[in-house]
Amino acid sequence: MFNVETIRKDFPILKRQVNGKSLVYFDNAATSQTPQQVIDVIVDYYSNYNANIHRGVHTLSQEATDKYEQARLKIQKHFNAKASHEIIMTSGTTHGINLVASGFTALLEKGDEIIVSALEHHSNIVPWQMLCERTGAILKVIPMNDEGELVMSAYTDLLSDKTKLVFVNHISNALGTINPIEFIIQKAHAVGAAVLIDGAQACPHVKPDVQALDVDFYVASAHKMCGPTGVGMLYGKEEWLNKLPPYQGGGEMIAEVTFENTTYADLPHKFEAGTPNICGGIAFGAAIDYMNTIGFDKIAAYEHELLDYATAELLKIEGLKIYGTAKEKTSVISFNLEGIHPYDVGTLLDKMGIAVRTGHHCAQPIMNYFKIPGTIRASFAFYNTKEEIDALVSATKKAQLMLS
Amino acid sequence: MTIKAIQEDLIDEFSMFEDWEERYQYMIDLGKTLPLIDEQYKTQDNIIKGCQSKVWVHAEMKDDKVVFTADSDAIITKGIIAILIRVFSNQEPKDIIAADTDFIDAIGLKEHLSPTRANGLVSMIKQLKMYAIAYQTQLN
Repeated sequence: MFNVETIRKDFPILKRQVNGKSLVYFDNAATSQTPQQVIDVIVDYYSNYNANIHRGVHTLSQEATDKYEQARLKIQKHFNAKASHEIIMTSGTTHGINLVASGFTALLEKGDEIIVSALEHHSNIVPWQMLCERTGAILKVIPMNDEGELVMSAYTDLLSDKTKLVFVNHISNALGTINPIEFIIQKAHAVGAAVLIDGAQACPHVKPDVQALDVDFYVASAHKMCGPTGVGMLYGKEEWLNKLPPYQGGGEMIAEVTFENTTYADLPHKFEAGTPNICGGIAFGAAIDYMNTIGFDKIAAYEHELLDYATAELLKIEGLKIYGTAKEKTSVISFNLEGIHPYDVGTLLDKMGIAVRTGHHCAQPIMNYFKIPGTIRASFAFYNTKEEIDALVSATKKAQLMLS
Repeated sequence: MTIKAIQEDLIDEFSMFEDWEERYQYMIDLGKTLPLIDEQYKTQDNIIKGCQSKVWVHAEMKDDKVVFTADSDAIITKGIIAILIRVFSNQEPKDIIAADTDFIDAIGLKEHLSPTRANGLVSMIKQLKMYAIAYQTQLN
């Protein structure tokens, strides 16, 4: 049984008051909150077995190594990767993307093409622009329509034997659009291109199966899925990870070093230079356990209910426009009030204890498309309630009244 | 009026408000009194960086005093810049440079001074003072 009141008890932060009001946390797409079960794991790590991993022979080091590697197995199982060494622990999605982009420097030639989508986060555009500068490859963009959906006919037109890499987010952070990644992957493979999917926004809502998707690379961040910040994962098919050169040099990633030559360690350590975020990695595993205990089917169904309810209620406000009306979308609502700057609304909502994001959400190309300076973005998680949505609606109305 | 006297007036005015709503309503109203920047100065160069909303500021010297005009696309930001202009406009450059900004705390807008605040209150103050420094250099 999915009981939101029981779930809310797991999140100590939800009891907080902000500006004298009960906190309504609707900035989940930026970062999710952390349940006590994950906080306990973090406290346990520093209280009982904090040590560096993979090198010490002492007990603490072995315990920490075991837990860290158990976390990798949990991640492997969660994403259904074939092998645990296909899971590279990263500092987050951006790190994973840069690792792949850097690796492709060695694999691209002048005139090769990389395809990205118009729905991307800045972090999904800049590394590819840099890669193109380094290699002379060309960046192509899949356009979007007024609903905030990618135009698939335009995508297939962009594909050719010059296409070497396709890069799309699973779900858009600014609009919540769920992209048809199965189709995107299949079409890319048909021309021999690799595909990297940014799952940062998807992983809090769905459970991706990387083998069923047949995706080449998939990246995610722990802090969007009830885990801590500063840790994430890159899944890569073994054959691809073997093709890519190491990203950073340092400890952990070498097998043998002389001044003449260095032999790199096997996967996954080849890509894990230096001491990792050990506690974060272990807590990431705990966060995955937590979410799976609730169940992704239940999470998705409940969040969809919240999305439908919030969409209907918000649209009752005169002059409110929602951006991103894709048929397939997650619990993100980007909106504006006619004639009012989103920053003004966000500021007043905060005074009423409601946390939303305002601005361009690191997705300026999308904002340019709609010719707006930004939006107010409310993003819901499975621990939010309809009562909180009611609070958002009445606070938005109040802000509108004050600002008109 | 001296900068200090204007700041004290503002502190008096804001002390009458019982809650954030009245305070923000007043800021919104102050925004409507902002001496607007001439359209020709609404250029990329005059945009203050570090603001989530757009803020344009223009300065000129009149009778040895710096006169500021500004605009913003967000109403609350307009209110904030209006407060700053009321304090710093029509003052001599040396006085603007020497002025402190403690009154911001006293009128309950301290939260806008945090570097995470995207309205760039800090950047606005810095920019107004930069103009004053530039004019002071010319006077020397």
